[in-house]
Amino acid sequence: MARTLTINGQMVSARDEDTILRAAQDAGIHIPVLCHLDGLSDVGACRFCLVEVAGSNRLLPACTTRIQEGMVVQTDTEQLRNYRRHLIELLFAERNHVCAVCVANGNCEMQSLAIQLGMTHSRYDYMFPSLGVDLSHERFGLDHNRCIMCTRCVRACDEIEGAHTLDVFGRGAKARIVTDLGMPWGESPTCTSCGKCVMACPTGALFKQGSTVAEMTRDRSKLNFLKTAREERKWIV
Amino acid sequence: MNPDELNRIAQAEQAALSRHEHAINVCVGIACHSGGSEQIRKALEAEVKSAGLQGKCLVRGVGCPGLCAEGPLVSVEPLHRSPPQELLYRKVTPADAPALVRSVVREEPLEQLRIDANQPFFTRQLKIVLENCGHMDPERIEDYIARGGYQALIKVLTEMTPQEVIDALSRSGLRGRGGAGFPTGLKWATVAKATPGRYPTYVPPDIQSQKFVICNGDEGDPGAFMDRSVMEGDPHRVLEGMAIAGYAVGARQGFIYVRAEYALAVKRLRTAIRQAQRIGLLGKNIAGTSFTFDVDIRLGAGAFVCGEETALIASIEGGRGLPRPRPPYPAESGLWGCPTLINNVETLANVPPIITKGADWFASIGTEKSKGTKVFALTGQVKRSGLIEVPMGITLREIVFEIGGGVPEGRQFKAVQTGGPSGGCIPADYLDMPVDYESLAKVGSIMGSGGLIVMDDTTDMVEVARFFMDFCMEESCGKCIPCRAGTAQMHHILTKIQQGKATARDLRLLEELSNVVKHTSLCGLGQSAPNPVISTLRYFRHEYERKLVPELERV
Repeated sequence: MARTLTINGQMVSARDEDTILRAAQDAGIHIPVLCHLDGLSDVGACRFCLVEVAGSNRLLPACTTRIQEGMVVQTDTEQLRNYRRHLIELLFAERNHVCAVCVANGNCEMQSLAIQLGMTHSRYDYMFPSLGVDLSHERFGLDHNRCIMCTRCVRACDEIEGAHTLDVFGRGAKARIVTDLGMPWGESPTCTSCGKCVMACPTGALFKQGSTVAEMTRDRSKLNFLKTAREERKWIV
Repeated sequence: MNPDELNRIAQAEQAALSRHEHAINVCVGIACHSGGSEQIRKALEAEVKSAGLQGKCLVRGVGCPGLCAEGPLVSVEPLHRSPPQELLYRKVTPADAPALVRSVVREEPLEQLRIDANQPFFTRQLKIVLENCGHMDPERIEDYIARGGYQALIKVLTEMTPQEVIDALSRSGLRGRGGAGFPTGLKWATVAKATPGRYPTYVPPDIQSQKFVICNGDEGDPGAFMDRSVMEGDPHRVLEGMAIAGYAVGARQGFIYVRAEYALAVKRLRTAIRQAQRIGLLGKNIAGTSFTFDVDIRLGAGAFVCGEETALIASIEGGRGLPRPRPPYPAESGLWGCPTLINNVETLANVPPIITKGADWFASIGTEKSKGTKVFALTGQVKRSGLIEVPMGITLREIVFEIGGGVPEGRQFKAVQTGGPSGGCIPADYLDMPVDYESLAKVGSIMGSGGLIVMDDTTDMVEVARFFMDFCMEESCGKCIPCRAGTAQMHHILTKIQQGKATARDLRLLEELSNVVKHTSLCGLGQSAPNPVISTLRYFRHEYERKLVPELERV
């Protein structure tokens, strides 16, 4: 059933089961996202898509909040822009993100988001944690220094490939992506080497071995294609 | 089990008790337990036996009477005198057993160990949730029944409709004791109205449409032990509250989620569940009605975030204890996607007395918007620390200075911290403020689950904020960016201030970041993590500013 809501003063029509993010995207309204990826379930973790909804005293993530008839949504207020700036600066200061030597330079969602949000530098002190790189897999590599814990790889591995090789270990700032029970990726008996995690990664944390600075490009449409094919039996390229 | 059988058990137990002249109650709560109360109990039992007083003196273990600072505690309760003049003894050792038993026989108090049972610590309290703690053996269901236990359950099953139970709860004005203070009646009504969810297909079809009741006993605030004392001292009351909740919302399965560190509470709850099942107060067709309800225990693995309801549900389901965005609220879609009622231990423990004594009685206690009593764990720089239960609306001054006896000699009161890592510090100016949900929120703190830490003038408020931020940083699950990276940065800035390396710019950034973390975090942990910083900045800003260094001049 169709519902009508207002996003940034614009009347938008959307389906009953749509999220605010979906409704906005269909109407051509841009909401920044990082942990959301078409084809994967949503977790509401990155908080970039937070929007103001009239009548709600707290900000709501657009990716997991269902639309309601007559909802009034603001996606780009001064307050939200300020919060998003802080969030992206926190991310850059958290681990070791050095674009100049990164495989994903120029093809990085985090980098694009920073540019889009007008970030010029981070106000926070860099934490410079000492993190490793797992190169034990013959085709792919996992660089924890560039990981932002969006868990897109975990969801791709679980929901689309069905292998559930990847998951999260530890909590808080010590949380890491692990393969199986923390073994080197190359020794994982469950990994099918399908590469869907690499497709899903927004930064340079997961990459094809052999790629050097700015060479890591990704084709993310495959994930959504697979999901639509499996669930709706429609092979839309 | 029907009402007559329940009364028969109660009468038999009361008769057995009244054959004795005195009850010697040994506190077997965890604090006194670790002080050796089990040995004291054995020594007293042996002493009573060798004096040939088995029929006269009853030695029993009881739940926490509250004054943990003076433990191990033993009380002597004369059973045939009214008003009962209870004698309370402090710091008892097994070696004191002969003297203690002699004093009971002679009916003379043992002065060297005695503490005044009429001191404000006891007289200023009002016990509803803790009324049985210290007066009955938590490991015997008969004791609980003899004190009127399970009457409320039988009453709702035989005389009330689920809607009447919910109406009673709403009328009582009871609000969630886990911290946020959501009206309990409203929550129950929402779950009762929700359509039962579809359980996974691998369970038998007859239980496929389900609702659940969860008791949240994952008490994680540092220095808080209210729920532990209730679970240890009166476990049946929690079960009874859950069963009434199950009847009201239409659930047939309950889970108690307890942190594994509470080994004694878990043991007592397990015993209580077994006993209640054996006499038919849990299980199929309770009290001969069609109502079926059972309770299982799930252990938490020591993550603070699992006290958050959605993370707790994920943990029961067997996943990582990660919160998820709400809505949908657990009342609509909770455990395995089914409508789920989650209440705190203390909230559920308030339910049976509301049913037996009436909603109006409960509503007559407390303030206009906060009804009933609240249990606090009073700790910190205060003379008498321990577990207290006070009516809502009591002032902080009464709690700290009358019940707690004030700060130790020669020191000055500085602030009281409520709500643990999610709460704030309240300075001396607000000591006369009534303790209720709204007043505490107004001064930048929260009711929280009930930790109350008193601080004196030697306390460094920046260090207090840094301590709580350290806790939140360690306990953040790491799912959302503001809580994971934000708490780490806040902790970093606070450490810089303490090391004398921070400038005014850092302090400004700390304030901005507090605001960001508060408003953008996914769950309650992150949303409330900046509270200790925000409240200490509000009232003790000069302490921060004193530690700042001038900004380096640009070259």
